[in-house]
Amino acid sequence: MDTLIAWLHAPWPWYVAGPIIGLMVPMMLFIGNRSFGVSSNLRHLCAITQPPQVGVDFFKYDWKEHTWSLMFVIGTALGGFLAGVVFANPEPVKLSLAAQMMLAHWGFTQPAGNLVPEELFHPSVRNYTLLFACGVLVGFGTRYAAGCTSGHAITGLSTLQLPSVYAILGIFGGGLIASWLLVPWMLK
Amino acid sequence: MRRYLPYLLAGTLFGFVLIKSEAASWYRIQEMFHFQNFHMFGILFSAIATGMLSIQIIKRMGDRRSLEGVPIEIPSKPPGKVSYIAGGLIFGLGWGLIGLCPGPIFALVGTGSLGALVVLAGALHGTWLYGALRQHLPH
Repeated sequence: MDTLIAWLHAPWPWYVAGPIIGLMVPMMLFIGNRSFGVSSNLRHLCAITQPPQVGVDFFKYDWKEHTWSLMFVIGTALGGFLAGVVFANPEPVKLSLAAQMMLAHWGFTQPAGNLVPEELFHPSVRNYTLLFACGVLVGFGTRYAAGCTSGHAITGLSTLQLPSVYAILGIFGGGLIASWLLVPWMLK
Repeated sequence: MRRYLPYLLAGTLFGFVLIKSEAASWYRIQEMFHFQNFHMFGILFSAIATGMLSIQIIKRMGDRRSLEGVPIEIPSKPPGKVSYIAGGLIFGLGWGLIGLCPGPIFALVGTGSLGALVVLAGALHGTWLYGALRQHLPH
């Protein structure tokens, strides 16, 4: 029992986490012939909250048909609560030496028990403006590309879809530009 | 409500794994984009391999019915190129900057992170903006 509790608190290696994430694809098909993907829920949430007088057509549909998908992301948040609060790992993220040196070079403090850096997430007008703006990029981009990491990298590649290959080239290209060129300047 | 329980449970497992594997960590995402650790690539590659293998098994099954009784069909994406690359690029910029893609946003909101909630608010506005502008965008 103690071993199980300790294991639930510890971080999981990639060869445990990856296959479980991959199993989401057949799991969603087996439950109700659904395609695994997270970002479409952002659209459903817009469809729920858009006032009738605004009326952008893209959000005029019966979102109740997608209740299953909204239940999945409510579960995702619940899983986050269990893993991050109930079975929280008190240890800082164990980064590679190269990454530690890069952070030091950027002037970031080393990870200290949180998944995200205080430099970017502690409440301030500057940080929250930046987080909101990056959120806009994520929301806009995922809908434009009709999918995110789950829908394209996992589901799309698992089912051998060419559009997902294009999307991943874009995603990885954008990520490289951001993390090599923009992040080092972000806090200066 | 009972028919939604399997989705809730699958989502819970997904969110749990995203936090436990630190895929929802800004640090891990920077490490990945700088090719400094195999961890995130290991997660992505093994997830894709598992998904691919499962799809091949499903294709070879005789009677393919889901729990809800509908036949299982392998999903396919509408053809296209520009929207996938351009959208991916914009999303990738956001992901590389704040280290959160949509799954981890929801998982991190669950941990009580106020910052993640701000990202979610931004993502909803971005999604709405796309909906409002989509007729004017190349697809």
